[in-house]
This record gives sequence, structure tokens and C-alpha cells, in this order.
Amino acid sequence: MSEASGEGLMFHPMDQFIVKPLFGEGPVHWYTPTNASLWMVLGVVGIIMMLVVGTRGRAIVPSRGQSIAELAYGFIHKMVEDVAGKDGLKFFPYIFTLFLFIVFSNFLGLLPKAFTPTSHIAVTAVLAVLVFVTVTVVGFVKNGASFLSLFWVSSAPLALRPVLALIEVISYFVRPVSHSIRLAGNMMAGHAVIKVFAAFAPLILMSGIGIVVTPLSILAITAMYGLEILVAFIQAYVFTILTCVYLRDALHPHH
Amino acid sequence: MANEHEAANMAHDAGAVAAEAAGHAAESAGMPQLDFSTFGNQIFWLLVTLVVIYWVLSRIALPRIAAVLADRQGTIAGDLAAAEDYKLKAKDAEAAYEKALADARAQAQKIVGEARAEIQKELDVATAKADAEISARAAESEARITEIRAGALEAVEAVARDTAAEIVSALGGKADATALAEAVGARLKG
Repeated sequence: MSEASGEGLMFHPMDQFIVKPLFGEGPVHWYTPTNASLWMVLGVVGIIMMLVVGTRGRAIVPSRGQSIAELAYGFIHKMVEDVAGKDGLKFFPYIFTLFLFIVFSNFLGLLPKAFTPTSHIAVTAVLAVLVFVTVTVVGFVKNGASFLSLFWVSSAPLALRPVLALIEVISYFVRPVSHSIRLAGNMMAGHAVIKVFAAFAPLILMSGIGIVVTPLSILAITAMYGLEILVAFIQAYVFTILTCVYLRDALHPHH
Repeated sequence: MANEHEAANMAHDAGAVAAEAAGHAAESAGMPQLDFSTFGNQIFWLLVTLVVIYWVLSRIALPRIAAVLADRQGTIAGDLAAAEDYKLKAKDAEAAYEKALADARAQAQKIVGEARAEIQKELDVATAKADAEISARAAESEARITEIRAGALEAVEAVARDTAAEIVSALGGKADATALAEAVGARLKG
């Protein structure tokens, strides 16, 4: 019996994250179309559907699709303006790009059998490093050497300032790490947990205890899925607003 | 009892299954996220994706949405301005109406005043006439009263004379008419 269950119960919560070539077998070259690239491209298609096809009417009184596009535009536009300031609006297309990419890959990844590009540290690290490099370059270009005053907390007692400066510098360089791992970790953990619960679901076919376990696991999957919908949006929001915060630091480094 | 045993067995089985499965999972648990051979692929496709999204946004979507929003803002502002204009017009019309009403009221006031003055004048004339008539009548009446009063005095004298004659004759004297008249007249005058 235990042999049969061993075949039936499949615990491979991480298999969903494996990057495989879309066509056939073989090594994954840098150009190979993979499941990762497929879901990124689907995200692009979704973004085009929402922002380009949805707004083709250019109506004064918007249709539903156009309302959604305008809502997303207004949401991020206001966030950039409020958090990063008026001069941050130059970076609005860039920040909106990040937000849309993350939100679309998070939500498309919630479809059964889908692949979530943002669950991979390779993807989120590139996103975070792009933000880090952009913000650092902007900081030095806009403020010159006085950008370094970001690390010199002038409101603190003089004796504490060197210590705080050290902490500030470390935290500045930790930013891209936490920025990327937060997103990838959240996406990966949620999907993996759903998969673990899902692995318990077919237990009713193999063992009497499944009468209890199967409904519980299905309930847990449903609850986790609801939570994941929330997380999918919140993580995109968090990533975007942190980008805005970093950008504000670069534009106005003086506390 | 047998049932319980069976249940315990099943639980044990399930535990064994889970443990075995967990072991299996651990076996294949090399995190795909740390499979560096796929990094180049993911990064390449990510950059392609980001460039495409950025291009679509900055060339098509964002200018379009911004234009629509500005257009709507303009339309709303225009409509508001038009509404303000109409409001002003309505206010003007109301003022004109108010003015016409005030004019009409003033005109009416004037007409009423004129009519009142005219009536007053007529009334004054009539009053004067009545006053004159009244005073004429009063004078006439006064004349008559004076006349009556004079008559009455004369009558009093005659009565006094007669009475005095009677009294004199009753006292046994003989009254001389002339003497009586003189005495009475003196007395009355006295």
C-alpha cells in the first residue's frame, strides 16, 4: 500500500519553477524560448491588451477597458508624484514598466500550469539591480558628490554620525538584495505551499485517512490561493513604491 | 477495536507516505531558482520583455492615455467655464428682471402719489367749501339766537311789569303803568 501511495503522492513543490525549453528537450541556451520566456511574452501581450487595445477608443467617457487602463495609469502616476516628487515623473514610464511587468507575471502565474517569472531570483535581481543602478546614477548626476550626504544623518548627534553613516551605507547596498528577494521569495513560497497542499489532495484515492485530509487540503489550497491573489498585487505595489522611495532619495538626498 | 486498529494503521501509512514523499522532495529539491544555467536565458528574455513594454508604453500607451486624460480635463474645464458663463448670464437676466420690477414699482408709487395728491386737492376744496358753509350757517344761527335772546329779554320785562302790577294791586295800591315800567326797567338794568 505504501508503495502504491509513494507512486501516487507526488511531492515536487519546486518542479513548477524549473525552466525548460518550450520545444523539445535540450540545454537551455540564452536565446532558447522557454516556459519563462513564454509567460513573459504573455505578460507583454496582456499589457498591450490592457493599455493599447483597451484605450483604442480614446473616449472622453471611457469604456470599461479604458477605465482599467486609466486607473492603472493614475495609480502609478500619483504614486510616483506623491512619493518621488514632481521631478520623479520623468521616470514614470520606467516605473510603470516595472509595475506592469511584475503585476502581470504575478497574476498570470496564478493560472494553473502557469510559470511565474517573478518567482525567480534571476529575474527579480535584474529588476532590483536595474533600479539600484538607475537610482545611484541619477543620485550622482543630479547632486554630484553631495549625494553622499544621504549617508550623513545631519539630524543625529555628531558622535553617532560615523556609525550611522556606516549603517546607512550597508543598508544602501542591501537594498537591491532585499528588494529582489522579497518579491521572488513571496512568489515562490506561495506557489510552493499551494503545491504542497495540492500533493495531499489525491490522498483520498489511496488511503482512508484521505476522507479527512483531502477536503482539508482543498480548503487550504483555496485559502492560499485567495491570499496569493492579495500577495500578487501587494508585492508588485511594494516593489514599485520602494522604487519610488529610492528615487526620491536620489533626487532629494538631504534628509 | 479492529476499526481503531485499522485507523491507526492508516494514519501510520499516511505518515509513512508523507515521510517518503518528503524524502523524495528533498532528493529533487535543488531549487530551480539556483540553477545558474538558466540565468542567462531568463535575463535575456526579461530584458527583451522590459524593452518591449517600455517601448509600447512610452511610444503608444502613455501618450495616448495622457492625451485622453488631458482631453477630458479640457472638456470638463470647458464645460465648467460654459456653466460659469451661463450662470453669469442668468445673473444678468435676474438683475434686469429685478430692475424692471423696481422700475414698475416706482412707477406705480408715482402714480399712486399723483392720485393721492389730486384726491387731496379735491378733498381740500370740498373741505374749504364745507367749512365756509358751516361758518355761514353758524353765523346765521348765532344771529337767530341773539334775536331770540333779545325777544326773551323783552318778554321778561313785560312779565316783570305785569307781575309787579299784579303784586302792587294785590297789596292794595294802584299801579301807575308808567311808574311801574320805569321801576322795572331800572331794576332790570341795575
